[in-house]
Order: sequence, then structure tokens, then C-alpha cells
Amino acid sequence: MLHTINKSPFETNSLETCLRFARAGHSVLLFEDGIYGAFKGTRFESLITDSLKSKNIYVLVPDVEARGMRTDNVIDGIKTVDYAGFVDLTVDNKTVQAWL
Amino acid sequence: MKFGILVNEGPYQHQSSDSAYQFTKAALEKGHEIFRVFFYHDGVNNASRLMVPPQDDRNIVNRWTELGKKYNLDLVVCIAAAQRRGMLDENEAKRQGKDASNIAEGFHISGLGQLIEAGIKSERLVVFGD
Amino acid sequence: MEDEVIKKFLYVNRKAPYGTIYALESLEVVLIGAAFDQDVSLAFIDDGVYQLKKDQKTSVDSGAGMKNFSKTYLALGDYDVNKIYVDKASLDERGLTADDLMELVYEDEDDDYKEKSSISIVNQEEIAQLMEQQDVVLSF
Repeated sequence: MLHTINKSPFETNSLETCLRFARAGHSVLLFEDGIYGAFKGTRFESLITDSLKSKNIYVLVPDVEARGMRTDNVIDGIKTVDYAGFVDLTVDNKTVQAWL
Repeated sequence: MKFGILVNEGPYQHQSSDSAYQFTKAALEKGHEIFRVFFYHDGVNNASRLMVPPQDDRNIVNRWTELGKKYNLDLVVCIAAAQRRGMLDENEAKRQGKDASNIAEGFHISGLGQLIEAGIKSERLVVFGD
Repeated sequence: MEDEVIKKFLYVNRKAPYGTIYALESLEVVLIGAAFDQDVSLAFIDDGVYQLKKDQKTSVDSGAGMKNFSKTYLALGDYDVNKIYVDKASLDERGLTADDLMELVYEDEDDDYKEKSSISIVNQEEIAQLMEQQDVVLSF
């Protein structure tokens, strides 16, 4: 199952709620303002690091670059994708849930 | 693979409308089929043919129209959401006694059943919203 | 229907009513969707649980000046929409209990049309399982 997050974790609880419900083996894509959850040094880093033990987390590169953030500062273990990779994720997962 | 796309937010205000476009385009370029793009909530405003963005910016409605033309997309605007937001096609304008219509080429207005049908007929339904 | 595909549809509601139109328009999708005879469930999580709060009071002519659409939830049982899951943790952190919610019921045709509650208050594990089983997740 693929979960998508498009909100900054500093603005809404979408990321936290999503990770509360996502199960082991699920994938989570951070895009739009959701990408702000992907970086080292934020107060969400330990939540992400912990989730990476059982889940796959992805971040959408065009949205990282648009915001002046750096892909080399993304938390280790998070994978980067472009829109084509986003499409592949939705193909690989039967259910897609957008945490709006 | 066959996709349905739901767009829940309007143009320029939220990135969701851009993300939906980029996703749809990427899926088509990878050879996937888009069964339908359904515009709901403020997403119906993406279909306004009257939008006039600054010249150096993207034109969201034209972009959808062109993608629709290129790939023969079914771009459907929810009638209930559209009417309460003042989005009317020619027929609806006439029927409601309004003096103008504003739905762009390539879009058409229809009921919510089209969204459910997209859910049933597509292998994946991807939601873009806020 | 030309083909008799029955898919599992889950509507995920995470937004409070009135502040934005999402709750109302999401309910409109549920009602239209009911005519398609699919396997429908609704989940209320985070501020979405406020949609089910009883005693909502507003009308076009009074109060907040908006239509009180909460009565529509009460009709869901008549549309065979009777699998309504409410996240317990979301209720707890808002200081709400089952008693604060509208009584949504349906008549169970397999059990002599006995009136039963449509609402299940469940933990995150149960909701996670429910999500995983879906074909289509519509979130508003």
C-alpha cells in the first residue's frame, strides 16, 4: 500500500497520522510541502528514522529542488523519485491513500 | 495500467492541481492509460476558460486542454461542485438562465457517478488535494 | 451495471465540518456512490470525527448561516452504507466518547430487520487493516 503526504509536518499532523496507520512493508511518498519531513536535523527525524526500519519512504525530487532544499540532506534510507517514479509507486501498490 | 485521477483543489492556489497534471503527464508518457480525470471541490475551477495568468507563468487550463487533446483524455468536471462555484457550460448556462458560460475546451460537466465509475473501472485511483 | 465488479471503496474523512466544504461534498460522493452497489466503508480520523458530533445546529437562516447537513449522516443506513469506523485515538485526544456522536443505525435484513448501530469505534490496527483491504480509497 502507498501513502502520500503533501503537507509539511510542521503545519498538519498528516505525516504523524499516516505513520500511525501505515503498516510494515508499506510505502510512503513525501511530495509538495510534505517533503519538509524528509530532512536531517528536524524534530521529525527520529520519527522518520524509526519508520524506515519497517517502511519504505520516498521523496519527490522536483518538489525538493523547487523549495531550495538539498537531496543530499535527505535522511539516510529515504529514496528519491521523480514523477515517473511516483507513477511506478502507484503501479507497484494496489491501494493508494492520500493523507490530505 | 488504467488510472483514474481525482483533482480536489483549484488552480494556482494549491500545488495539487499542478501535481495532478505532472503525474497524469508522466503516467501517459510511460504508456499508461488515464481512464478519466475528475475535478471536484475547488478542483472544478481548473476548467475555467476565462483564467488569464501572467505571461511568464504556466497556463493551467490550457495545459489540461492540450494534454487532453493529445491523449484524448476524459476531463470531467463535477456538476454539483461546479454549479455552486459558478462554473457552467453552455447548456447549463442556458438552462439556469445565466448570461455566460466558462468551461474550457476539452472538459465536460457531468455527475458524481463519473467519479465512482472511475473508481470501479480504473486499476488505480490517485487523489490530489489539500 | 454492465459488469458486476464489486470493489471495496473506503472514504477517509479527516476534516471538521463547516470550516471547509470537504465534509459536505464528501458526503455527497458517498450518497451518489451508494447507488453503485459497491462495498463501501467510511473512516473518520483526526478532525473528521467532529463530522459525527451530535447536536449540530445551524441553518441557512440562523446561526452560522450554513445548511445543517449532519442529518444526512443519519440517512446513510437507508442507503446501505453501514460500515462506519471511528478512530478511537482521535476521539480520545479530543475528549470525545461514543456518546458525543450521532446514533447512526441501519436495519439488518439478514437479522429480521433488527436496528443495529453502523458505528464501530476501532483502534488504529483495525483501521490499518481495513485500509489495506481496499481497492479504492477516496480521501477528502
